[in-house]
Amino acid sequence: MSDIILKTEGLTKHYGGVHALQDADFELRRGEHVAIMGDNGAGKSTFVRQITGVEQRTAGRIWFDGREVNFAGPIEAREAGIETVFQNLALADDLDVPSNLFLGREKFLLRLGPFSILDRRAMRQATQAALTKTGVKIPNLSNTIRNMSGGQRQCVAIARTATFASKLIIMDEPTAALGVRETAQVEGIIRQIKAHGEPLILISHNMRQVFDLVDRIVVFRRGRIVANLRKDQTTGEEVVAYITGAKTQPELEVVA
Amino acid sequence: MAQTTHGVGGVSFDASKRTWPNEINVLLALVLITLVFEVLNRMDGGSFLFNTRANVDAIFNEQRINIILLQVAITGIIALGVTQVIILGGIDLSSGSVVGATAMIAMSFAQTAVVNGNPNPKAIFGDWAMDLPVIVPIAVGLGCGLVAGFINGFLVAFTRIPPFIATLGMMVSARGVAKWWSNGNPISFPTESYASLSNGDLLGSLTFGLLSWPGQNPAVVFVLLAVLLHLVMVYTVYGKRCYAIGSNEDAARMSGINVARHKVLVYSIAGMLAAVAAILLTSKNLTAQAGMGVMYELDAIAMAVIGGVSLAGGRGSIVGTVIGALIFSVIISGFTSIRLDAYYQEMVKGAIIVGAVVLDQWRQRRRAARS
Ligand SMILES: Nc1ncnc2c1ncn2[C@@H]1O[C@H](COP(=O)(O)OP(=O)(O)OP(=O)(O)O)[C@@H](O)[C@H]1O
Ligand SMILES: [Mg+2]
Repeated sequence: MSDIILKTEGLTKHYGGVHALQDADFELRRGEHVAIMGDNGAGKSTFVRQITGVEQRTAGRIWFDGREVNFAGPIEAREAGIETVFQNLALADDLDVPSNLFLGREKFLLRLGPFSILDRRAMRQATQAALTKTGVKIPNLSNTIRNMSGGQRQCVAIARTATFASKLIIMDEPTAALGVRETAQVEGIIRQIKAHGEPLILISHNMRQVFDLVDRIVVFRRGRIVANLRKDQTTGEEVVAYITGAKTQPELEVVA
Repeated sequence: MAQTTHGVGGVSFDASKRTWPNEINVLLALVLITLVFEVLNRMDGGSFLFNTRANVDAIFNEQRINIILLQVAITGIIALGVTQVIILGGIDLSSGSVVGATAMIAMSFAQTAVVNGNPNPKAIFGDWAMDLPVIVPIAVGLGCGLVAGFINGFLVAFTRIPPFIATLGMMVSARGVAKWWSNGNPISFPTESYASLSNGDLLGSLTFGLLSWPGQNPAVVFVLLAVLLHLVMVYTVYGKRCYAIGSNEDAARMSGINVARHKVLVYSIAGMLAAVAAILLTSKNLTAQAGMGVMYELDAIAMAVIGGVSLAGGRGSIVGTVIGALIFSVIISGFTSIRLDAYYQEMVKGAIIVGAVVLDQWRQRRRAARS
């Protein structure tokens, strides 16, 4: 078995006439942390939505954990071991923290199909443990997400991915709305993930953060992957040049 | 959690000072409104809730309370179903018509063959459908509600028709079915066992004679269903999914909830609850008419919204709706008690419905302003 956890070949997504993603060839090794960078509308989130089965791709193939996959929906991707923090967070505003953490995978006292009785205490305790583990501080677990600050919401979404055992974590701009201290906290969580040897795809616009955290940088531009750079062999200026299109990488040799 | 903790940004939080639930406000409103009508009646020398006639030996004005209870029970059962639909982020405008259609169809299987020694003058079917065991009209009735609700749910879940339009279609069609079923004729003379569904003493049988409340079965059924649905909404994954879908449908889908299937289930249950109301109503009145249940859907929606269920979805509770149902019925009876003309009452009812929605909008804006 290879040490490639995720691989895409010719991954393409068209929204009507919009070619949001075109022929994306991508590889991720076990334990590797990769950043995806690119301008607004470059196709980064679209790429994530195809991998996680949120949308159905126009063309291309995906391999995950050693086998070819065709996720019909996000639940299948999650069951296969992909945990995702989506850019739009995907939290239910009117539910409290434990309900959001366990949304779609509740713990039950008694299984009765759609009327299964929830184990609210166990979920609460697990939430408490998860928040402690990730260092996220939420003053009141029973508070609904609606009444929380943007940063707190983000922390809940991130704690959710870090709570469940997974083979791959994807975070789409996890620190976009955060203050300095909360950003540091999220970066701490990402370092923990690295220490556990779990692979991660991080989408970010923050150059400093990317250089601090990841091993490799993949640049998207106008729906295409235009650069694949080892962190220790590139510079911020070079990455910016690829993002803006000032520089192009004619042959995408497999690095690393 | 008793201790004070510090959150993101160092904001302290004292868990002992919980914000008080909206239901308390609604309950206070109920008490206040009841008091207002009591005072208005007293100024006229009467009483809203209490017995003032010397020749009757009772503490309460039982006639009025019975009217309030029946209205709360019948429309309230519909409102329970509507509540979960609204929390889901939908709306059900068909419940009143489903009551009409179910009333006609169920009643036609509940008839008795002989009335005062003569064949039943209102017979819909031949002898084969006479004097059937009571379970038959109940099953047929619930089946009608299930079919209507299932179609609603299916349309909402699998087409892009907004719930408002889908259930509006069902509202018109189900009323058509109600009229077509017996060419507009009323259906009467049910079997004794069917009549006892509403007029018997369910509480007596449930408590083995310990308690007794004859003739109030609709209220008893309402309370039982309200408790059951409250437990389902709060303690089971069914309720969790309703709130999740109502507050962020995409998030619910991304979290792996089968949104379409859950919608079909929720609308189906709402349809069945409308059918329960229809069965109790026809049993109470001993007759079914094609016009039964007209506008009940709006009353039910008003009850839910008064009780704090947000039309935006995701917020509200069964407890709130139960209190909302009481408020609604108290206001309607209250206006009767001060002898407000029936036409004015209709206008007032319209104003209550609009007022409740305005209140909901205002709550939403206030919430948006705070966050
Ligand atoms: N559902 C959709 N329908 C039509 N076009 C879409 C849809 N989703 C995305 N697009 C388009 O696809 C392109 C890529 O969008 P995407 O969300 O992947 O950008 P992004 O790289 O994540 O940008 P950002 O940094 O702003 O998050 C954009 O031009 C966008 O308008
Ligand atoms: Mg994006």
